[in-house]
Amino acid sequence: MEVDRKLLEHVAEVARVKLSEEEIKKFLPQLKDALEFFSKLKEVNTDDVKPSFHPVEIRNSVREDAEEECLSQDEALSLTEHKKNGYFKGPRAV
Amino acid sequence: MLAKEFIEKIKNNEIDIVEHTEKIIQECKEINKEYNYFNTISEELALNQAREINKKILSKEKNFFANKKLLGVAISVKDSICVKDVETTAGSKILQGYKPLFDAFAIKRVKEEGGIIIGKTAQDEFGFGTFSINSAYGIPKNPFDKERSCGGSSGGAAGLSQKLKNHIALGESTGGSITTPASFCGVFGLCPTYGRVSRYGLIDFANSLDKIGPMGKSMEDAALLMNVIAGHDKNDSTSLNVKAEDYEKYLKKPIKGIKIGIIKEAFGAGVEREVEKNVYNGINELEEEGAKAEEISLELPIKYGISTYYMIAASEASTNLAKFCGMRYGAAEKLEGSFNEYFTKVRSNNFGEEAKRRIILGTFARMAGYKDAFYLKAAKVRTLMINEYKKAFKKFDALVSPTASILPPKFSEIEKLSPLQHYMIDVMTVSPNVAGLPHLNVPVGIEKNLPVGMLLIADHLQEGKLIQLGSAVEHGK
Repeated sequence: MEVDRKLLEHVAEVARVKLSEEEIKKFLPQLKDALEFFSKLKEVNTDDVKPSFHPVEIRNSVREDAEEECLSQDEALSLTEHKKNGYFKGPRAV
Repeated sequence: MLAKEFIEKIKNNEIDIVEHTEKIIQECKEINKEYNYFNTISEELALNQAREINKKILSKEKNFFANKKLLGVAISVKDSICVKDVETTAGSKILQGYKPLFDAFAIKRVKEEGGIIIGKTAQDEFGFGTFSINSAYGIPKNPFDKERSCGGSSGGAAGLSQKLKNHIALGESTGGSITTPASFCGVFGLCPTYGRVSRYGLIDFANSLDKIGPMGKSMEDAALLMNVIAGHDKNDSTSLNVKAEDYEKYLKKPIKGIKIGIIKEAFGAGVEREVEKNVYNGINELEEEGAKAEEISLELPIKYGISTYYMIAASEASTNLAKFCGMRYGAAEKLEGSFNEYFTKVRSNNFGEEAKRRIILGTFARMAGYKDAFYLKAAKVRTLMINEYKKAFKKFDALVSPTASILPPKFSEIEKLSPLQHYMIDVMTVSPNVAGLPHLNVPVGIEKNLPVGMLLIADHLQEGKLIQLGSAVEHGK
């Protein structure tokens, strides 16, 4: 596994974070260091082991398909400046 | 004075609730100047709640006192837990000014029981840290020595629990954020079983790991708050639909015959001698009270816990933090550029350094080509780890280790640590968190004027046993 500047910049882009030059220089060796350590996991034999995405067994929890009280449109919009005609306003899509 | 005794005084009119709350808020302000335990002191809410309670006391409203478990008791709240109309930032600049429109489940319960919300406590940004230094706001200082850390990420909650009398704290743990700071500040901190306390209204770090739990100067107070917040909540799909126990009935309950497993790998190399000595004192105390202690080898948790935890936690955090993008709530910028340009700008300007590091680590661990070796591998090792613990609990009621392998470090020492060295400090606490097991920090001694904590771990939903053991150590001395 080659963790280089190109890969770091690519991952940052996927994560929608732009790193400064200073951050790249700082993060690159730290990321290499950490991933090398975490690679130790390969020593553990996990053949035929199922992954656990929760620590306890969770059954699907569903509710009645019925209307419930929720935030009003005004309340939902009250925490942002970016809104228009009762909708959230976002940046242009294309 | 225990919360229970305090409540009696309120009921008997020996304490004026409004005056008392004013005094507490004043005290919080003074403590905060010196120690930075609060991101926000919720003076207005606290006084309104106190006046409201006073009104009911004066009007002699029938049955008002009955079953009010927290009447007039000051409760502080880790900043990642939503309190309606009170700024809630989770220690992040990206949530500066955010005032939730609703209460978290735990807060709703505290208010129903007459608890007074005094403020939001300092923490690492979104819980990303072991020392509460990764914050956009003030860094909490250890109550025993201001040059040292409170631990993290619930550092403000722990420091305040030590410093402020007649108060109980709500903390939150993802990988040790309740027990580690509790250990560094010499207080009790109980991290419940995953799903025992609803996560509704908690600003999440990692969905499969986050737990809200109580912290307090006494086992009694922590058990009392646990009784208030435990239970099923339909608003959290991972909330366990199992009736909550009465945790207070485990206080001062004899521990004769309880079997304790001493985790062999958690002692020896890498553990400071003073820490080890005091944890063994704690174990001896339990034995004197009638518990049976025996060594057990648990290889996976100590050897692979850090890697498993950080891969899962960072992966989940990187998806969770995708919602912070400058729309709907939280920090925003001028709407310019494309979607991606706009989101990137808001996120780059407002996430702190450790948040960025973990987002990148987690995004990497989930990416095509790396996912099998990191994220999925960690999820499989997690299964093995849970199995290993489950096997141990066939023989033992609880497992024991130090909570932290070191005494609370100085900020100047922490500065020298690399991120990986920083992560390694969590070695004792990450594994019970990965396995969703309840665990408790019990203060067991003071060494070089600094507190030492013992970590007790129990099987799923066995919080009661932990409280029983914690109470035995507390009253045994």
